[in-house]
Amino acid sequence: MELQVKDIIQWFELTNEKIQANKDYLTSLDQPIGDGDHGINMARGFKEVVNKISTQDYENVADVLKDVAMTLMSKVGGASGPIFGTAFLKLSIAVKGSDSLNFETFTKGLEEAVNGVKQRGKATEGEKTMIDVWSPVVDYLKSEKDFQGDQIRKTAKQAMENTKEIMATKGRASYFKEKSIGHIDPGAASSFYIFEALAEVIKGGN
Amino acid sequence: MSRVGIVLISHSSKIVEGIKDLIGQVIQDVPIELAGGTEENDIGTSIDIIGKAINNADQGQGVLLFYDIGSAKMNAEIAIEMAETKDIKLVEAPLVEGSYVAAVESSMRKSLQEVYDSVVKAF
Ligand SMILES: Nc1ncnc2c1ncn2[C@@H]1O[C@H](COP(=O)(O)OP(=O)(O)O)[C@@H](O)[C@H]1O
Ligand SMILES: [Mg+2]
Repeated sequence: MELQVKDIIQWFELTNEKIQANKDYLTSLDQPIGDGDHGINMARGFKEVVNKISTQDYENVADVLKDVAMTLMSKVGGASGPIFGTAFLKLSIAVKGSDSLNFETFTKGLEEAVNGVKQRGKATEGEKTMIDVWSPVVDYLKSEKDFQGDQIRKTAKQAMENTKEIMATKGRASYFKEKSIGHIDPGAASSFYIFEALAEVIKGGN
Repeated sequence: MSRVGIVLISHSSKIVEGIKDLIGQVIQDVPIELAGGTEENDIGTSIDIIGKAINNADQGQGVLLFYDIGSAKMNAEIAIEMAETKDIKLVEAPLVEGSYVAAVESSMRKSLQEVYDSVVKAF
């Protein structure tokens, strides 16, 4: 399958639904190891994303992704704004010119997204951030030939759960040092919803 | 004559207001713009607000940016990438003391690079 403009829009609508439904949960993850605003931040940002992209006509996927990125950057408020914003901006730039996204283009684009986030946040794998979900998903995609929703969801879920055992060395959670161990990273949890939503779009399309 | 501008970026509008008061006791002729909190005046930082502050602080001599924790730095970097003027420097120095030193230096009509070097040297 290829992801069309309508699929990308649906991806963010589904993500928004999940984030709104789990707003309090995401915030509760940010309480022991942060400032308890992650759910509020993401809910505010993704609501604006859906408002923006559902009222617009798009000819190609890159333009949708760019609007998603810019909206997240300016509306989220916390570190997750520039982080997720950068991810979708890099994805948008990487897929510029394609009307729809085939598996290969998408995988390459997502790899660029992870590279962009690493640069922006000066972080890498194993620091208890959303990178610890995005990077394993990219690794999984690179080992495959086509979209498989169930596997994407499974990879993201496992990766999110793995963040529990990591000690945070980036972001606000890093101030808590070893006390950050034993908690799922909030940005990893919202990243799981992003990939779970993607998995549902893929399953609907296959 | 115009002077090097200063932008104070913090998660809290009260923090930057307080710093501006502190500097204002000594220095009045340096453009100091505030980017504290979000559009809704919640705790956080905003690329748009930082961008506007950069524009307002720029008298043609360039702008120095001071920031606090977490997302402040990333949002400042994105705002710099998006800004029209290229004479912007993000300063790695304590927000209060660093901007205080910068304001004094800027009021002495030093250049962007000179003010920047003085602040970096001081910390
Ligand atoms: N430097 C960074 N690189 C990558 N991701 C980061 C970084 N800093 C924070 N994050 C992600 O952002 C999440 C926190 O987002 P949020 O609570 O909205 O922002 P804040 O930390 O400013 O309160 C973390 O759980 C982490 O996944
Ligand atoms: Mg937070």
